[in-house]
Amino acid sequence: MELLFAIMVGTLYGCALYLLLRRSIVKLAIGLILLGNGANLLLFSSGGLVRGRPPLVPPDGTVVVPPAADPLPQALILTAIVISFGVLVFAVALIYRTHRALRTDDLDDLVATDRLGEVSEAAHRPIEPVAAGVDPRSDGR
Amino acid sequence: MGLTLTLPLLLPLVAALLLFAVRTRRRASHALAVASATAALVASVVLLVVVLRDGIAVIAIGRWPAPYGIVLVADILSAAMVTVCALVTWATVVYATAWIDRSRESAGFFALVFVLLFGVNGAFLTGDLFNLYVWFEVMLMASFVLLVLGVERGQVEGGIKYVALNLLSSTLFLTATGILYGISGTLNFADLSRVLASADPRIVSVVAVLFAVAFGIKAGVFPLFFWLPASYHTPPVPVSALFAGLLTKVGVYALVRVFTLLFVHDPGWTHRILLSSAAATMLTGVLGALAQQDVRRILSFHIVSQIGYMVMGLALLTPLGLAASVFYIVHHIVVKTNLSLIGGLVERPGGTGSLARLGGLFRTRPWLGVLFLVPAFSLAGIPPLSGFVAKLLVIRAGLEAGAYLVTAVAIVVGLLTLLSMLKIWNEAFWKESTDRPVATDRLPLRLVLPTVVLATVTVALGVFAEPILRLAHQAAGQLLDPEAYRTAVLGTTAHAASAREG
Amino acid sequence: MSTLPSLILRTAVRWIAPLLLLFSLFLLVRGHHEPGGGFSGGLIASTGFALLTFGYDLVTARRLLRVHPSALVLAGVGLALASGAVPMLGGQPFLTGLWVTIPLTGEAALKLGTPLVFDVGVYLAVIGATLAMLFAFAEE
Repeated sequence: MELLFAIMVGTLYGCALYLLLRRSIVKLAIGLILLGNGANLLLFSSGGLVRGRPPLVPPDGTVVVPPAADPLPQALILTAIVISFGVLVFAVALIYRTHRALRTDDLDDLVATDRLGEVSEAAHRPIEPVAAGVDPRSDGR
Repeated sequence: MGLTLTLPLLLPLVAALLLFAVRTRRRASHALAVASATAALVASVVLLVVVLRDGIAVIAIGRWPAPYGIVLVADILSAAMVTVCALVTWATVVYATAWIDRSRESAGFFALVFVLLFGVNGAFLTGDLFNLYVWFEVMLMASFVLLVLGVERGQVEGGIKYVALNLLSSTLFLTATGILYGISGTLNFADLSRVLASADPRIVSVVAVLFAVAFGIKAGVFPLFFWLPASYHTPPVPVSALFAGLLTKVGVYALVRVFTLLFVHDPGWTHRILLSSAAATMLTGVLGALAQQDVRRILSFHIVSQIGYMVMGLALLTPLGLAASVFYIVHHIVVKTNLSLIGGLVERPGGTGSLARLGGLFRTRPWLGVLFLVPAFSLAGIPPLSGFVAKLLVIRAGLEAGAYLVTAVAIVVGLLTLLSMLKIWNEAFWKESTDRPVATDRLPLRLVLPTVVLATVTVALGVFAEPILRLAHQAAGQLLDPEAYRTAVLGTTAHAASAREG
Repeated sequence: MSTLPSLILRTAVRWIAPLLLLFSLFLLVRGHHEPGGGFSGGLIASTGFALLTFGYDLVTARRLLRVHPSALVLAGVGLALASGAVPMLGGQPFLTGLWVTIPLTGEAALKLGTPLVFDVGVYLAVIGATLAMLFAFAEE
């Protein structure tokens, strides 16, 4: 079972890194999603996979009898999923804004701030009315 | 004890909530932001004093004893970092009240600044690896939104690069954490350091490199720094200044923490990688800066270059080297934030940071020139400013450890930094003004005061280096003594647990 | 986002949304001692509002929520923070659970504590954050 997980994690990482290296911004986002999922699966299997043995202390004992499922990685994954969910929503919103403003899906077109010499004036132009800026949802985190 | 250690976390969070509630009311949010920043500064100074007096402070959140629960730990390094970060946040907040436009403010700018501080302080104070990941994410979330708040084209472009690479780094961090948990079955720093001492050194080395890459991206070391100069100059000046002061240094702090406490099994290998990376970071950063023609982009490349010095001190893993690192981080946070803030003042009259179009500033604003020279010379390492002491320490540590090549690089990079600072000076201040009308309006006090305060701190760090040096040496002593850390964390909480039983 | 004028969805949402909200409250309270809790409860509740947004429209969902989502986040985080800070008044570490037992008739007794308040805070914050994101996207 662990071997299956290892193969799955490896495949996910491989696909994710391949997508991250593409020039398309959408593929970049998909790559990040896959990478996050791969990391979560890796966390899941990090505690060892045990079936049908909840980590409960038997009535006549004081310690958990191994082998028992490790609850900690699952708590970690839950946290990691929530975090990556929030971050990805932000990333998708950002990519959507970029696409709507620049009409491009090519990372190589994002060079307004990269040219040597002075930053072009275009870099400081709001891409839409500032009042409709990114919503400040994430400060509640 | 509990309150001293928790307040640097609670204050920014409460401040962020209140500031979000009053975000549309300008005066109220300004007053509240400055007041909260002051309160956070006081709280962190108290923490530093307490830690210096009583040694490592530990508190188990929710009374769940270590290594099962989450602990907050403050040694001298953590407390010093929290204090310096509170200082530059204070300066930036005061500066921002006169700089940030209304639309950004009503979108929650000040609240986000305090969420950022909340995350940064959490990262410094936590004693748990996974918790560190969570704090990193809190910090990153706030920084993402701060970076693109206002949605200018440059901000969005810089934002995508920043978000993508930082997400990659977070995922690597998570991966490394997972593997480490698989090896050791614990996530508490103190417990990890105990368990890893007897683990298979080969797999520990693999994990160490994963951590080096993950934190290296955050810290901006060679060859992982490319997101930094691509994004740091795009947001408004106070945001750049805050990022320049705080974010990469959290990465450096994390490197220091794991490479003194956890991964010391094979310094000849892991720390050698760090050392070569440090040399390359110094050199590429400063060469990048020399090639640039825009004030804020020059400054972003200098962040990278200076990170190299801090990592070099860590990589040497000698008492002097670590003390040099600690001193360097403290010095750099103050100086870099100040330079970014002053860079904003240089740009403000003409609204451009392009060196070709700036000029004649010394004729109209001689005091701004003096104000610029203090952090600029400090960055380059001219006595008697803080940068001189910091560089001297790093170089001495390098010579003592016999790392002659890296030390030579450090010296050359110091000279090149001076060259780059003089370039800004010549072009923006000394050169005759170009066609632009000369600015005569007075700069508001709220923009000038923070830079003056930070410049004073820079001078003070250099002139009264002795006490700070002693502090740095004490911090280094603690870092090189993992046993003390373990006793403080596992010992006191075990004690607390037994007290509860009784 | 254009609303899909689906009669089936609209009719179903009328029944499902209140049920989801009720179920979310059940999960929230159940999470006190058994699987459930503020997070899953909050997600279920925001699913209810998400369905309203799709079945009807953004205006309806906003009207039924009554308050701005960010106010919910504010209240939620504030509540969670307060529940963590209460033990500090008694010199305990942050987030220590404090419990009171209220005896009911016969054998039964109700155990209440600060973790429940914390959970309610999480519940509100999750609803607020999820809906803030959803509404922002739905506006585009």
